[in-house]
Amino acid sequence: METAMSAREAAQAPPVPRIMMENLHFFYGETEALKNITLALPQCQATGMIGPSGCGKSTLLRVLNRMYDLYPGQRATGRVMMDGENIISPETDVNRLRSRIGMVFQKPTPFPMSVYENIAFGVRLHERLGRAAMDERVEWSLVRAALWDEVKDRLRGPATSLSGGQQQRLCIARSIAVRPEVILLDEPTSALDPISTLKIEELIDELKTDFTIAIVTHNMQQAARCTDQVAFFYLGELIEVGPTAQVFTTPRQRRTQEYITGRFG
Amino acid sequence: MSEPTGHIVKSYEQELKRLADLMAEMGGLVESQMALAAQAVVQQDGAAAARAIEIDPSVDALEREVEQFVIRLLALRQPVANDLRKIVAALKITSDLERIGDYSANVAKRSMILAQFKMPYSLTGIAHMARMVQENLKAVIDAVSETDAAKAIAVWRSDQAVDDIYNTIFRELITYMIEDPRNITPCTHLLFIAKNLERIGDHATNIAEKVHYTATGEILPETRPKGDNSPYPAIHTP
Repeated sequence: METAMSAREAAQAPPVPRIMMENLHFFYGETEALKNITLALPQCQATGMIGPSGCGKSTLLRVLNRMYDLYPGQRATGRVMMDGENIISPETDVNRLRSRIGMVFQKPTPFPMSVYENIAFGVRLHERLGRAAMDERVEWSLVRAALWDEVKDRLRGPATSLSGGQQQRLCIARSIAVRPEVILLDEPTSALDPISTLKIEELIDELKTDFTIAIVTHNMQQAARCTDQVAFFYLGELIEVGPTAQVFTTPRQRRTQEYITGRFG
Repeated sequence: MSEPTGHIVKSYEQELKRLADLMAEMGGLVESQMALAAQAVVQQDGAAAARAIEIDPSVDALEREVEQFVIRLLALRQPVANDLRKIVAALKITSDLERIGDYSANVAKRSMILAQFKMPYSLTGIAHMARMVQENLKAVIDAVSETDAAKAIAVWRSDQAVDDIYNTIFRELITYMIEDPRNITPCTHLLFIAKNLERIGDHATNIAEKVHYTATGEILPETRPKGDNSPYPAIHTP
């Protein structure tokens, strides 16, 4: 009886945040693209970011792995905490950060090299592995990305000859090969056919056991299908965040409801 | 949350409007069917009974139409939030309305049998009960078309009074039957009529619960206020 109680309590306990954004602001020059965002990415859960174009959801992903560092005039204020460290602080080692927070983009971006090298390349930047260990890592990544069976006989073949869906899964394999803790997916299936899309969604479900995931998507049904919590952004503000089932059945904010039901504007 | 602006896709908006129209049509039909059934019993009006029975197939047909339309909306539009709640509620509300139609037809049929007997029992109590149920039904059908949670709650609460009067009628009819076995047949029919009216009241509260959910997203508690202290309580089937 007592154990049943504690199990229930454990199930109800709030999930541990892997990344905690507090009062985050982001500027493109004078333009404030993110306004005072406070949002947690819970450990081993998928968080969906939805909202109309220009609402700041992709900007948020760019902040999380310091992509904006490459561009002058772009800056972030506030705190983005991960393991007691502020990601956006200048002291944070960006290379190490990017090995902990992987990113997959809208269009598959395989390097013009073999399937094997596409994965090994990134691993070599962070680790020195012997041949056998590297083979193992490549296989592990491809298995986790649900691509192994399709490419195991053509590992030395060019990655660019894979189909769009396979290329996207290769990019996911490449990002998990360095064993990140968080994976950011920016519209990962917008260029894919429906079956490849479902494979990626199944993969997101699988990856959640080990990784914390944030996914930006314009596809509302996709957010409903494969995320645990959803955050709705509008004009740089976080309007509402909540468990996915709640947001899609009983959103609390009128703007969320109008957006997800297709009445926006 | 107040009523939103229209959907960006006009054909979807029209489909939601059509669903509301079908519901209104079915609600109106069931409301008049129940009124005719009550009239048939209270005023021993055979013509009203016949009309109440005739309406039933149209109610059934509307229920099937709403059901198919809802399945189509779910498959093609993937509704969410308030649209989803409204569409799912429509499906459940029409099945409650269909049951109310069945009970009304049953009341009408029994009124025809009752007409063959010399009435041993004053119909004032049943007339009163029928009026209360009719008022609740009308209020809840209005609440459906307006998605009015407050109105729905009022109906949900007032079913208590219907249950109380049912229990009173139940006891009275038992007394009549014990008094004179020749009363058993008409009183049994009256008992079923009262029971059917009571069930109509229950379905009206079911509809009220769906309206409340549609409007607020919150599910009302499973048990509504009941004060049943009769030795012959109404059996509340879920």
